[in-house]
Amino acid sequence: MTPPPSLAHAAQRFLWTILLALGLSSAVVALGGASPLEAYRHLIVGSLGSWAKLTQVLRVWVPLTLCALGLLYTFQIGLWNIGVEGQVVLGALGATALIRWGLGAPPQWVVPAALAGAVLCGGLWALAAGILKTRAGVNEIFAGLGLNFVATGLQLWLIFGPWKQPGIASMSGTETFPENYWFPTAGGWAVSPYAAAAAVVLLGAVAWTLRATRLGLALKAIGRNEQAAYLLGLSPRRWMLLAMMLAGGLAGLAGAYQVLAVYHRLIPNISSQYGYLALLVVMLAGYRWQGIPFIAFFFAALNVGSIQLPMMLRMDSSLAGVIQGSLVLAALAVQGAAWRRRTAS
Amino acid sequence: MAAEDGVMSEWPLSLFAASLLAGAAPLVLASLGETLTEKAGLINLSLDGTILLSAMAGFAAAVETGSLLAGFAAGAAVGAATAAVVALMSLYLGQSQVAVGFVLTLMTKDLAYFLGNSYARIPGPQAPVFPVPGLDVLPWVGPALFRHTLITYGAVAAVAVTWFFLYRTRAGLVLRAVGENPQAAFARGINARHVQVFYALVGGVLVGLAGAAFSLSVKPGWGQPQGAEGMGWIALALVIFGGWHPLKVAAGAYLFAVLQMLGITFQGIWPSVPSQVFQTAPFPLMIFTLVFMHLGQRPEVERWAAARPWADRLLRFVRARAPRALGRPFPDRG
Repeated sequence: MTPPPSLAHAAQRFLWTILLALGLSSAVVALGGASPLEAYRHLIVGSLGSWAKLTQVLRVWVPLTLCALGLLYTFQIGLWNIGVEGQVVLGALGATALIRWGLGAPPQWVVPAALAGAVLCGGLWALAAGILKTRAGVNEIFAGLGLNFVATGLQLWLIFGPWKQPGIASMSGTETFPENYWFPTAGGWAVSPYAAAAAVVLLGAVAWTLRATRLGLALKAIGRNEQAAYLLGLSPRRWMLLAMMLAGGLAGLAGAYQVLAVYHRLIPNISSQYGYLALLVVMLAGYRWQGIPFIAFFFAALNVGSIQLPMMLRMDSSLAGVIQGSLVLAALAVQGAAWRRRTAS
Repeated sequence: MAAEDGVMSEWPLSLFAASLLAGAAPLVLASLGETLTEKAGLINLSLDGTILLSAMAGFAAAVETGSLLAGFAAGAAVGAATAAVVALMSLYLGQSQVAVGFVLTLMTKDLAYFLGNSYARIPGPQAPVFPVPGLDVLPWVGPALFRHTLITYGAVAAVAVTWFFLYRTRAGLVLRAVGENPQAAFARGINARHVQVFYALVGGVLVGLAGAAFSLSVKPGWGQPQGAEGMGWIALALVIFGGWHPLKVAAGAYLFAVLQMLGITFQGIWPSVPSQVFQTAPFPLMIFTLVFMHLGQRPEVERWAAARPWADRLLRFVRARAPRALGRPFPDRG
């Protein structure tokens, strides 16, 4: 991680990244036999064209931001927490389990308990990957990936087994929760304003811990130079486990949000791949918190805008992923070009 | 009819072996390709998406041209192209191999779905079976080993060729030297970076062939999902599982295929459990192996095993070490 570039340089890099990514994705759309301009127009109208669409974008923004915030901790200490995807799933499972057990009890107790349970489940799932890394020598990427697949298996087994709907087990998921156990919302919005506000508060909290607390300093020190930090008396193992648990907890919260505020039940694709997407968000944000809300918003807009592509242009909605990938790839290339100039001089 | 029934009931094991060899072929090719790349010191994390994109490109090219050869060539080209991006971004632009590989994994998968949209669920060519004359009529062994597509024979041959190349040729020695210590190799007059780029491309070609083998032979056709999703991650795990040794890596790939087929059998026993649950079984197994490999390197375990010949032999078999320079590219101006 290099120090932030000057404003002029940053602007220049930003422009180059956009140009490169735009060129790349336009070429792909053209190769697919469609007009790039038409595609972009539909993406914009489909995501920002109305107030209803905008609230849908925010509905995606919340879990994406939560996952990305957690990943800041793990990236800061130099870990690739690819297991974030499974941590979202475990959060969703934890929340569903608590709601199911708490049916009949007052919702003002059950819903917060479900949130806490989700944080705990996500955190423990991340802790498992962390222990495999620090104690058993398993690279965190493979530990995380393995646990992701296990989480998916566990989730499908629950949906088709113990938690199946009466009579039929289906891909449509578990039974919908009674309405008073839903996460509170207001005014018929697609996004719960309370959840969005909570995400903003958490953004501030994460930024604060990274900038102004011992936690942030320790993570940074170990991430920069593990050996030196160890000699200074920091235990890399313990801080790594803590960073993993924080990331897992926030991912678990995202999973709970998907269950309690979006689908109101557990569905097979509950994570919507937001964990993997959040990794891209953080990479594009240069592993710093400042860019995260905006990039997460843009990525969420792409996801929402692409939903209508198959209907309007007979185009697959995976175009959103192509554009998101192009952006990160372009950013890496631009960063690489700067690196090359620096090392050449 | 009666004779055919006889064959079916008489040699179930022989048929099991046949579908095992055929089903594991793509995984063997992909994991061998990644083994070569990683032995040279480079990680190509993009396998999962690359396999899908090359499966799509292979199928599309075969449909458009009507030629299977063109299909496999297109798959190989896509595999090489993705590997080239990883190699160039990391070796020449100083970016993290893991980061580039991860972005490419997600992006190539979406690219495959996006560009392959018009090829979804249409009929297309399929690699034919080439029985080996004379050998295919042998009882038991014939149907098991000698009635396969060319790509299945190719995968088996690739195992032996990769092993021979790595451990019995001068070029293989150079490859391993670069993966262990690029600086030392450089001092001996080897252009370490060129070697790494070259084996990234070779590995990419094998991964691309694996993708084409899916869409043209093992799971013919294209769709969303294609059915090869997740295979790239398994191939990456197999390279570690096999301790970067081509024979062990290939053995792991065949073992995985056995597990997958047993999973299908188990599903017959518990039909209420979705098949995806069984498909996740190899992953905890992979984690256990990795833990086991790590524990085997502890001095106290080694002392314990030293007095027990069987344990010692087992430990020596699973013990493995990553190429020393894996993931750490040679400094730009070395």
